[in-house]
Amino acid sequence: MSDVAVDIRELTRRFGALTAVSSLTLRISRGEVFGLLGPNGSGKTTTIRMLCGLLEPTAGTALVAGIDIRTAPERVKMQIGYMSQRFGLYDDLTVAENLAFYGGIYGLTGTERTDRLSGVVRFLGLGDRLTQLAGHLSGGWKQRLALGCALLHRPPVLFLDEPTAGVDPAARRNFWQAIHELAHGGTTVLVTTHYMDEAERCDRLAMMSLGHLIAVGTPSDVARQVGGQTLEEAFIILQERDER
Amino acid sequence: MTRFWPMFRKEFIQMRRDRLTLGVMIGIPVVQLLMFGYAIQTDVRHIPTVVLDESRTPASRDLIAAFENTGSFRIIDHVDGRPDFDAAIARGRAQAGIIVPPAYARDLGRGLTATVQVVVDASDPLSSQSALGAAAGVGQVKNLTILAAAAGRASLPLDVRVRPRYNPGLRSPNYIVPGLVGVILTMTLVLITAMAIVRERERGTLEQLIVTPITKTELMLGKIAPYIGVGIVQMTAVLTLGRFVFDVPLSGSLVLLYAVSLIFVIASLSFGLFISTLVRNQQQAMQLSFFFVMPNILLSGFMFPRQAMPAVFQWFSVLLPLTHYLQVLRGILLKGAGLEAIWPQVLVLVAFAIGLITLAVRRFHKTLD
Repeated sequence: MSDVAVDIRELTRRFGALTAVSSLTLRISRGEVFGLLGPNGSGKTTTIRMLCGLLEPTAGTALVAGIDIRTAPERVKMQIGYMSQRFGLYDDLTVAENLAFYGGIYGLTGTERTDRLSGVVRFLGLGDRLTQLAGHLSGGWKQRLALGCALLHRPPVLFLDEPTAGVDPAARRNFWQAIHELAHGGTTVLVTTHYMDEAERCDRLAMMSLGHLIAVGTPSDVARQVGGQTLEEAFIILQERDER
Repeated sequence: MTRFWPMFRKEFIQMRRDRLTLGVMIGIPVVQLLMFGYAIQTDVRHIPTVVLDESRTPASRDLIAAFENTGSFRIIDHVDGRPDFDAAIARGRAQAGIIVPPAYARDLGRGLTATVQVVVDASDPLSSQSALGAAAGVGQVKNLTILAAAAGRASLPLDVRVRPRYNPGLRSPNYIVPGLVGVILTMTLVLITAMAIVRERERGTLEQLIVTPITKTELMLGKIAPYIGVGIVQMTAVLTLGRFVFDVPLSGSLVLLYAVSLIFVIASLSFGLFISTLVRNQQQAMQLSFFFVMPNILLSGFMFPRQAMPAVFQWFSVLLPLTHYLQVLRGILLKGAGLEAIWPQVLVLVAFAIGLITLAVRRFHKTLD
């Protein structure tokens, strides 16, 4: 695999008359924590869903871990981990059962399965919660469990769609520590967020607005390109422009 | 198929944990069986009957006793005039009425044609038909006895002997209970799997599941497999109660019965899955399931004979899996039929099962739109 983990080429998605993502071109390097930033309706979620194979692109394509999402969407699925905005695991299964289920679905068996499961449990500190029903967990623990299930097959690329929405600050900080640890290990992370402090922690950012790419670069580069002193100012400028 | 087992295990745990649904699935067959078994009797007997006897002779009393002895009529009242007679039937106090005119005994004695009038409330066709049949029977028997006596014969010239084979007592439970097995399986299993995929879609768990490498076939088979067990338990419950509470015979091979039922259960579950791929939410799934279940109950021959239906509906009923399964059930349970007799139905059911699951897998897409 080359150093480009995600290679997005003129990716476009239309829903009827609405163009949610308009010929987006982006390259994300291996081991990078890359943030997608933008107001609601800017096309972040649609972009991630296309990269995961959940939505078919209307035009353009992308290579994820070197595999074309248009021609081989099922092969992409072994290479990626995904966390949706909404908690996507089973409330009526325990933490351990959810993990075991996704371990099985990713084709893990025998000692490999046991090792991966205990590795993820240790990494995310889920040890004391294994017998709890997922539905009874707090927001922060749910996020950890979701991340754990997305990591079991050691995907080279992680897609996180607003992973920390509605989670308390301490849990958010822990979560980001885990993200950076994964990136140090070579995992590429594409994350969308609404929180400016989280955006600041990304290696690079792409700012989107109404389906278009507005700026790409380090957090301070992006702020400058949009015309704000800080990222937050840049974000507000964009949002006000969108609403007009 | 390596991902089938984790899917199966997950569905099984969820099914076991949902105590209410599980209880309903096991409870429904028992309640329905008792309800249908006791309440539904297609042979109408003891019809409340009012009598206007204007003859008041031993001959007229003899005639009325003959009506009562058929078991079809239960005399509830003797009235004195036509207005009272009409009122009893109009108000629904009686569903049939017998009028014996004043000249009855006299005409009979003189060898003239004596008339008797039987009035039936035909707003309920099933019970009125039973009354009509019984009344005609009484007339015929009376006529024959009188004619035979007049001709000086000890026996009648013709004796037609009818032998109702496979259900000699013409008992309703023998007809209803085997059918009920099929109806209950259709009702509960279609609904259960119709909910299966939309429920995951509504709860947001489908999104997480379809970004994994699981194949559509693994997903579908994993979803239906635990409910095959539920179907078999339901069937066993109905058959056991049918055998010991309603004395329904089990003439044929149990192994064959279970084998064919397995195929029918898979076909029903697959149909539910197919519905699940057509709808956007659980409410639609429920409506569509009922839309499918109703014709199954009405047209499959569960309660109303298919021979009585117009040709179009007879053809349509061939498209319902239950129609074929009912023939298998009645064949094995009542007639002791073996595979050599029921193989055409078995083939049709196999085709349904394979066709429906293929259709469901084809219809399902691992995308959100």
